Order: sequence, then structure tokens, then C-alpha cells
Amino acid sequence: MTSLSLRAASRATTSRAGTRRIRQWPGRVGWTVLGWVVAIAFFLPVLWMVITAFKPESAAETWPPKFAFSPTLSEFSSAFSNIGPFLTHSALATVGSTILVLLLGIPAAYALSVYPVRRWQDGLFFFISTKMLPIVAAIGPLYVIALHTHLLDSIWLLIILYTAMNLPLAIWMIRSFMLEVPNELLEAARLDGAGRIREMGSVILPIVLPGVVSTALICVIFAWNELFLAINLTTTNAATVPMFLVGGISTEGLFIAHLSAAATIASVPVIVVGWIAQRSLVRGLAMGAIK
Amino acid sequence: MANVKYVSATRVFGKDATPAVDALDLDVRDGEFMVLVGPSGSGKTTALRLLAGLEPIDSGRVEIGDRDVTDVPPKDRDIAMVFQNYALYPQKTVAENMAFALKMHGVPRDERDRRVREAARLLELDEQLLSRKPRQLSGGQRQRVAMGRAIVREPKVFLMDEPLSNLDAKLRVQTRSQIAELQRRLGVTTVYVTHDQVEAMTMGNRVAVLSQGRLQQCDTPRQLYDNPVNQFVAGFIGSPAMNLRTVPLTDGGVRVAGKVLPLPVAIRNAAAHADLKELVIGMRPEHLHLADGTGEVTGDVVLVEELGADALLHVRLPEGGNPIVARAEGRQPPTPGRQVSLHIRPEDVLAFHPETGARLAV
Repeated sequence: MTSLSLRAASRATTSRAGTRRIRQWPGRVGWTVLGWVVAIAFFLPVLWMVITAFKPESAAETWPPKFAFSPTLSEFSSAFSNIGPFLTHSALATVGSTILVLLLGIPAAYALSVYPVRRWQDGLFFFISTKMLPIVAAIGPLYVIALHTHLLDSIWLLIILYTAMNLPLAIWMIRSFMLEVPNELLEAARLDGAGRIREMGSVILPIVLPGVVSTALICVIFAWNELFLAINLTTTNAATVPMFLVGGISTEGLFIAHLSAAATIASVPVIVVGWIAQRSLVRGLAMGAIK
Repeated sequence: MANVKYVSATRVFGKDATPAVDALDLDVRDGEFMVLVGPSGSGKTTALRLLAGLEPIDSGRVEIGDRDVTDVPPKDRDIAMVFQNYALYPQKTVAENMAFALKMHGVPRDERDRRVREAARLLELDEQLLSRKPRQLSGGQRQRVAMGRAIVREPKVFLMDEPLSNLDAKLRVQTRSQIAELQRRLGVTTVYVTHDQVEAMTMGNRVAVLSQGRLQQCDTPRQLYDNPVNQFVAGFIGSPAMNLRTVPLTDGGVRVAGKVLPLPVAIRNAAAHADLKELVIGMRPEHLHLADGTGEVTGDVVLVEELGADALLHVRLPEGGNPIVARAEGRQPPTPGRQVSLHIRPEDVLAFHPETGARLAV
């Protein structure tokens, strides 16, 4: 008798939990479906690009699209034969500017968070305000300056401009990570006799490292993908990968497979870097690392 | 080894605010274990930070070993601090944590290793823990590493800011005695901040009680307990707390729950001199003895707290107000609901001024 009533009671609780689950069910499915639809919608063009890159040019631009084709690397090899200098320029501009951003951004973030300089709010706002000006408005003066400093079509120009472009964001990001460093830790370092540079180098930096890595990664991506400045201020000596892609859209006909192969090559470094750094990116952006 | 001296040290946060530390005068002797105790907001931590140099001083000065260090940066004060949350460097190993200050002061590697190992031995930290990171340690181990980091520096003064508050109750009691014993062995002047008056009483050679930024009394634990200078110290020191009641004066004593509780002549004279109609009396729970109907105070037991060795009786007096607490023999305490009669010797009663809180007839 007891066992019976127990079983009845347990059934009652299950069915109550069951109703709750059923009530939630349509909502959950809805969100899941929506999530997948959005994700696929974002991913589809990328997938299409990669597939097209393996097609011969004859099979690339057909209607209806061909799914059965014999994959070939010919477009890759033809793209590779020309993309070399562009890759070098992009790599130099990206790595150079990112190193500069970190060299300048870390001390700047320190000066705006750990021991805030006077009027640090103004400084902080000034940095971010440079991002509010449309870059189109600045391109004229930039061109003239580059012309007079003989930096037009030079890789140094891109390094300087990409540094300037990414620095505000980097300062804001690194600063927010530094603010999370517990104050006692800095005080302990001060009592232990660490000066400013030691404190930054051997106490703060190891703690905010995941954040710095994710910041660097974002700078790398932004610099790698930048087109507007490159296309207006360089021609051949410093032309970057995005310019190579744009150059592939020629007037005498669309070589879609060739373009797809080149675009795939251009995407690979960003994907690889992102994949390597994804753990620290997540950790850095979530910044649970400190607590 | 050094003495520490606060001379009218004052710290004010923000304009027009009441000082966090108000003209603190305190002398810590060489090798002494001085505890700063008080409720939150009493200024005890600020006082410690003034000594550490982590907080600028607004007026007055601080001396370590007869040297004015008011404007000396923290690293040159030759002090070591243990923080409440330990503040261990998360990316460094235990050994690196402990050796960091020595490294900063240019101590050679061999000497650093030797001192770290010696501190680890002193604190009974396993040698193999030295290569671990702080997050791989238990709370108690972290606490000892934080202590170790202070010890290896062989400083003139140890500063400790509630170093036990993150430990569980049992470990806290254990560590409490270890720290006190270690300090005695090393003989290093120590200033220790806590809000826990039991910690203060058990650890300190002397205890400084602070309230609202002001030093109330600084004395040995025994003196603080027996001879508090004011109502605040009387109520703060001692667990369970002293029974404090505002009662009217009558001929020969005060009136408590309809009966006359006789008071010593000195208190009566002091009360008369101050022209008081009523005063605050203080009675320690252990001074209230159960008496068979012959006691000065009678009331109903509302609650019995068994502590094992003894029991705490919460007794409600007929006139109302908070129940008074009496400590009774633990074996057979009266049950709740029973009426009890309590006896108290007049010389065990402390009296305080009802407005100023100052002790009458010390």
C-alpha cells in the first residue's frame, strides 16, 4: 500500500515536471531552429566560396549550380602564383602594426587604469573619439601627408596607419582587463619593492595575458582585412591581400573560381590564428581568468 | 626589530567627511603583538594601511624604529604585509611568490632559496608545494604561503590585515595559535587587524580598540576585559557580550526590575557628582550567579544556549527590555520558562555615564 502510494506520488511529480518540459519545448525548439538558420545563413557564402574554389572555371558560373564536378587545384595554383607579394605585404603590415599596438597600448592602458594619469577620462574619450570620424573624411589629408613624407605605397605607411586604427580599441580592451586585477595584488607588489615597470611586467601582464592575446588577435584580423586605406594609399610596393582580391574582379569577365580560390587563401590565416587562439579569446573576452 | 609609533595620525577620505582615522596616538613596543580591533568602519584597516604607506597621511606622522616614515614609500619601510585575501601572485609558483620581494631587493639566488626553504619549514609547508601555483593550494595552505612571503623578508614589522577571515572556523582557531606562537618565536613587532574580538584577546600582547576612527582604549586583553574605559569597549570586548542596561538611581544603588541593586560607594559618589538620575550598568554574564530566590535580580528564562562546559541563560526581567545573559554551570541548567534569581556582587558591577558612555569611578 505504502509502496503504491509512493509510486503514485512519484508519478505525480514526474508528470508535473513533464508538463513544465512540454511547455518549454516549443520555445526551445524555436530558438534552436532560429540559431541554426542564422548560423547557416552566415556560413553558406563561405562554404560556397570554398566549394567554388575547387571547381574549374568552366563549372563555376553555371545555372543551376553544379554540385557534381571533379575538384581541381588549378585555380589555387594560379592564384598562388600571383598572390605571393600581396601575402608578404599583408603579413608585414599586420604583424608590424599589431606589435606596435601592443607596445604602445599596454603602457597606455596601464596609465589609464592602474595608476590613472590626471584627466584620464578625457584621454580615454579622446582615443575612442578617433574611431567616430568616418575614415573617408580623413583620406584626403592622409594622402597629402603620405605624399609629402614620401610614404605613399610604402609598407611603413600601412604599419603606422593600422597601428593608429587599432590602438584605441586595444587600449580600451586591455584597460578593461587591467581594471579586473585585484588592487591588493598591486599593493603587495608595491610592498615587495616592485617598481612600475616590474609591476607591469611581472605582476599585471601575466594576469591579463589572455586578454592581451585576444586583443592582439582582433588587431590582427582588423589589419589583415583592411581594404580602404590600402587601396587608396598603395599601388604595388605595399599592396595587400584584400587588394589582390579586388584586383581579381576584372572588367573583361568574372573569373569566379579564381576569385574564390584567392579569397579562400586570404581567409586561411585569419581562421588559423582564430582557431589557435580561440581558447584564450574566449577566456580573454569572458575574463574569468582572474577570479 | 623596531617599535612603531603613530603620532596624531589622521586620514580623511574626501572633503568634509569624518576622518577614517582621527588623531591616532599609539605606541607599539619592539617585538610586541599589537592587535587593532573594532567593528567595520572603525578605521582599523586604514590605520594599518597608513603604517604600510598604502594610504597617504593627512596630518600627524608614523614612525618605525624611531624613524619618521610618513613620506617614505612602502618598499623602503622594511615591512611585510599579509592581506586578507592573501594577494598571492596567481601566475607565480609558491616559491616565486615567497622570493619575489627578495628578488626585488637584489638578494642572490642561493640566499633566496635558503630563506624560502627555511620559511616553508617554519610554516610546515611541504617542499613539493613550493613548485605549485596558488590556485592548486587549499585555503589554509594559501594562508601559510602569504605568511611565508612576509617571513622571508625578515622585516622590521609584520602587518596583518584580517589574515584568518577566509578560513573555516576550526582552521581559524588552529592558525590563530600558530601565528601567535610564531610571532613570539620570531620576536618581530606585529600589528594585526581584526574585527573578531576573540582573535584580538587571544593573540595580542596588547589590544587597541577603535571605533569611528578614534582609539578607545589600548591595553592588555585582561585589562580591557576587567577595566573597560567606556561603554563601547565594555560592550565590544567579551563573548557573550556584557549586559548593559540603563537604570534609574535610587538610595544605595540602582533599581533593577523593581529591586534595589546595591552599588559601591565610589560609583554612587561619581554619579552624584555628575548629577545623574540614571546610569548604565554593565554586568559580565559570568558574574551573574544563580541563587535560590535570594538574588538581587529575578526573571524568567526564555532561552538556554548549551555550550558544553557551561550554558548561557537568557533571562527576561519583568520590566522588559533585552533579556540579560547569565553564564551557568553546564550540567543542569534551568529549563526555559522557569523563574530564576540571580546574584551579583556590587564590586562586579561596572557603571557608565548614560550620555558620554564614559566609565564612572574607575
